[in-house]
Amino acid sequence: MTPDPAHRSEVSADVRARRGGRRPYGLRGVLQESRLDPGFAAEIATIPGGDRLRECIECGACSAVCPLSAYMDHTPRRLMAMTQAGLRDEVLRSTSIWVCASCYACTAVCPKQIPITEVMYALKRMAVREGTFPKRFATPVLAREFVGSVDRWGRNTESRLAASLYLKTHPGLLLKDGWLAQRLMRRGRMSLVRESIRQRAKLGRMLRAAETSPPRAVVSSASPSSSSRPRASAISGEGPR
Amino acid sequence: MRYAYFPGCSLKGSSKAYEESLLAVFDTLGEGLDELDDWNCCGATAYFAIDEAKAYALAARNLALAEDQAGNDAPVDLVAPCAGCYMMLLKAERRLSEQQSIRGRIDGALQAGGLSYRGRARARHPLDVLVNDIGLERIADAVTRPLGGLRVACYYGCLLVRPHATFDDQYSPTSMDRLMRTIGAEPVDWPLKVRCCGGSCCGGPLVGTIREAGLRLIHDLLKEAKSRGADVLATACPLCQFNLECFQERVTREFGEPVELTVGFFTQLLGLALGLDERRLGIHRMLRWRLPELEPAAAGGAP
Ligand code: SF4
Ligand code: SF4
Repeated sequence: MTPDPAHRSEVSADVRARRGGRRPYGLRGVLQESRLDPGFAAEIATIPGGDRLRECIECGACSAVCPLSAYMDHTPRRLMAMTQAGLRDEVLRSTSIWVCASCYACTAVCPKQIPITEVMYALKRMAVREGTFPKRFATPVLAREFVGSVDRWGRNTESRLAASLYLKTHPGLLLKDGWLAQRLMRRGRMSLVRESIRQRAKLGRMLRAAETSPPRAVVSSASPSSSSRPRASAISGEGPR
Repeated sequence: MRYAYFPGCSLKGSSKAYEESLLAVFDTLGEGLDELDDWNCCGATAYFAIDEAKAYALAARNLALAEDQAGNDAPVDLVAPCAGCYMMLLKAERRLSEQQSIRGRIDGALQAGGLSYRGRARARHPLDVLVNDIGLERIADAVTRPLGGLRVACYYGCLLVRPHATFDDQYSPTSMDRLMRTIGAEPVDWPLKVRCCGGSCCGGPLVGTIREAGLRLIHDLLKEAKSRGADVLATACPLCQFNLECFQERVTREFGEPVELTVGFFTQLLGLALGLDERRLGIHRMLRWRLPELEPAAAGGAP
């Protein structure tokens, strides 16, 4: 279902506002090749199926089916094209990767079997590693809080996660949403008792052993192949969605 | 047959009703669910967005524990009712069997924790187990209080059928619809069965700049289900249920049209049809539960 027209104009005004100042290609859509990072797509290609990104035909099926593209600064199609083109900074600063709800709708329809959702995940991990995620945006904060709790206790305690999330991002909303917590508590659906596993020490050893040694993978310094050149629609700032 | 059971964080918290109704239903049908001892977080979405290898290690620990707990060499089915957990366990299971590099790393991690995973444990969703293992015939035989044409919008959400459609079609799944028909309900025909509810990772309406987006998704789903005449929307995921139930008043306020609708777990409806007491199905925990009158359960089981 698409948003109704009135809503759409609201959304695009909002998106335009958020894009303000971060228009990646400048007013006339001129993009200097020197600003591209040809190794970027190669890094993404290390995830299973990630090499198929270069086969994207920019059909836009992903953007059309994505339930959240209206709320993204760059739609999935455009973000895939920008990634392939090597617009590293713009991609990693994009709010799209955090708006993405990992619903796999795009992956299911992509005629080229590009693992779009997994690419989104890989971009999230890179953005967190490089500290380029939007600081007050709730999703990356949620993810980091979640990881902290799981690393330590083996489980996540929903209520505590929610509480710290509110405090860190939107303390003002805590009062407004407090009624919900109360209603849930009364029905035994929310408790502050910490969830934990018994073998925490063993789990800790496991996680340390698995720890990712940040693979800023083999960034080839080779000249960009023809396939990693930006395509026309990736260059125009306001191309088709 | 006995199944290993992986509850996940939500079923011990906000979605207790899902656990209660699931256990009651399996018990009534004579199938065992043994909770995995000392299970840990599945490593799903939020974790996966930070560290891939550690997320797989978390998932693999659960799979390894399931094999240990089964204690023999037969395959073991790990039943995960949360669509997020289910997909993550499935994804780990596949990646570990397909990709040697990650397998080596995870094997090493498991070893550090005194465990090993031999690829015998596989993730299953209870909807799959109910429809395909236990079977609709057996369920039909156990029904004591058919749902009398209750109009149900079957909602599968995203991760139950994507990206790996293991037991149903990924664009137009039907297993829940068939189950609902079996227990006397009437599934409504609606187009948003597999559309994302927005609750899985975006933290949706909870907080954040994308609150607006989350509320929009909830609005679209509830409005569509209502306009198709649904009495209730049935979910198979704690995140969908929470998301679609808890923000109804706010959505109504924001969009200026009433979207209130009972949002329950498919196991609760199944439990009702099996004649189980509302309390055993956690119905007292729901924020809203208004169904048209059902016939009282026939005493003494099916004739
Ligand atoms: S659906 Fe696939 S091929 Fe089409 S634009 Fe999206 S990523 Fe490219
Ligand atoms: S996985 Fe993300 S990008 Fe793809 S359709 Fe879902 S929300 Fe959109």
